[in-house]
Amino acid sequence: MADTAITVEGAQKKYGDKKALDGLDLTVASGTVQGVLGPNGAGKTTLVRILSTLLRPDAGRIRVAGHDVVAHAREVRLRIGLLGQHAALDEELDGRQNLEMFGRLHHLGARHARVRADELLERFGLTDTGRKPVQRYSGGMRRRLDLATSLITRPEVLFLDEPTTGLDPRGRAEVWTSVRSLVGGGTTVLLTTQYLEEADRLADRVAVVDGGRVVADGTPDELKRLTGGDRVDVVLRDARQLGAAAALLPVPRGDVAVDADRRRLSAPVTDRMAALAGVVRALEDAGIEAEDIALRRPTLDEVFLHLTGDDRAGHHRMEEAA
Amino acid sequence: MTSYALVDSWTMTRRELAHWARQPVQVLVALVFPVMMLLMFGYLLGGGRGVEGDYLSYLVPGMLALTMAFGLEGTMIAVTRDLDKGVIDRFRSLPMASGAVLVGRASADMLQSALNLAVMLGAGYALGWRAHGGPGALLAAVGLLLLLRFAMLWVGIHLAMVAGKPEMVQAVQILVWPVGFLSNAFATPQSMPAWLGAVVEWNPLSATATAVRDLCGDAGATSASWAADHAALLAVAWPLALTAVFFPLAARRFARLDT
Repeated sequence: MADTAITVEGAQKKYGDKKALDGLDLTVASGTVQGVLGPNGAGKTTLVRILSTLLRPDAGRIRVAGHDVVAHAREVRLRIGLLGQHAALDEELDGRQNLEMFGRLHHLGARHARVRADELLERFGLTDTGRKPVQRYSGGMRRRLDLATSLITRPEVLFLDEPTTGLDPRGRAEVWTSVRSLVGGGTTVLLTTQYLEEADRLADRVAVVDGGRVVADGTPDELKRLTGGDRVDVVLRDARQLGAAAALLPVPRGDVAVDADRRRLSAPVTDRMAALAGVVRALEDAGIEAEDIALRRPTLDEVFLHLTGDDRAGHHRMEEAA
Repeated sequence: MTSYALVDSWTMTRRELAHWARQPVQVLVALVFPVMMLLMFGYLLGGGRGVEGDYLSYLVPGMLALTMAFGLEGTMIAVTRDLDKGVIDRFRSLPMASGAVLVGRASADMLQSALNLAVMLGAGYALGWRAHGGPGALLAAVGLLLLLRFAMLWVGIHLAMVAGKPEMVQAVQILVWPVGFLSNAFATPQSMPAWLGAVVEWNPLSATATAVRDLCGDAGATSASWAADHAALLAVAWPLALTAVFFPLAARRFARLDT
């Protein structure tokens, strides 16, 4: 296997007048988990559909598992697994029937397809679902079967397009566990998500996509550093003092994030200890009582908002993700 | 890779058969519904307008042709259901033969229609209908009926992909009925206003129905129109023309679902 599992150079795709991808570049090393993070309409799904040969790019050079997605789509299809936004299963059939059918379509042969179906049912904890058709599965079970189906041939590269959207926290945890166990087996995973927590937990590297191009790419830690390093968080006892306290922080007023519901202020700081001591003293002098004062790294939420410059929508997403 | 075309097509056909096994009631309803229509029009609504002689020998071929034409709905429902669930996307991302999905659909629908015909012919026979033209002519009639169904298959696949959502299919479904009834399945064109009769004469369904009547020796339909006189020719030409138009459209649409 090559060192690079996915190479995207200058990918372009237009739908009518709308540019879904606008010169997107991305390189993913073999055996890693690449997160692709972006708001709705950023081009995440378009990227996955192009990488998985479902969609032809208008321009650009795109290679997956060592083959060009346009010129050698079949070679690519032999080496990839795809988990789309909606569970792509035959809802009328049961789990085993689905796995056997897709195994046959991967040309495993009837016997081998059956054996593989058993293995995957076992591995994803679906052995006791019996003859129940997929339409009666819970969201998490359906997603696990979907994931199992995309692993029938032990793909070199696996695409997960918003794998946990619409799942309850338990279903989400189930999928996360499954994805993590995959990576141990050497599979390269490209995962799109709107959930920053998901990217933070699963991805080795995260590419932030906005307007059809990558606006930042790095490890979650590198990205967090992008927003200017550490922040100091102050939670007050009395929300009415938020304004006064904000004025005391050693940064321009515009850099202070105020969360009235949680009675919290947050501001970027450069010198960690000096800033902390300064804030404590200033609050004390002003007679403002703090419930909690803490230094912390920025969250990916803040990185994301910083990079996409889309505060209102971003807050909305964070609430959804919470 | 063409070597897998047969294997993959069989896998996709098996999938459809597995659906039948899952939904035996639906399959049964699909088989019984045309028989109910036959009984309804044969007995409840009485004789057809303008039909001389035995109405049953006029009605049975008409109902056979109508059943084939209405197969369009089943095709559309199945295709849109797959599209809606995203399962087609997964098929398309597999290294399988690209035509296999459509071949599976086609095999299953043709098989279902052949069963439909068998049940209908059995019902007609039980009611006293007889094919007077002999076994060869009856086989030719069945061939023409399946040819009409084959054309409807591609029309259905294409319309379903254009319509996209199952809700849109309902709109198309409603339109299938007037097109089905604007035929000579139940009544002769001579019994209708001249302009309507002309439309009805040229309905592909009418051509098949008339050709089947001729093959089965029904004397009830007497007409001197060109379309009626050349029913056998039209019963071949219409489905071939429809297939020639809609098969490439459907195949192309399927290959480029993304755009």
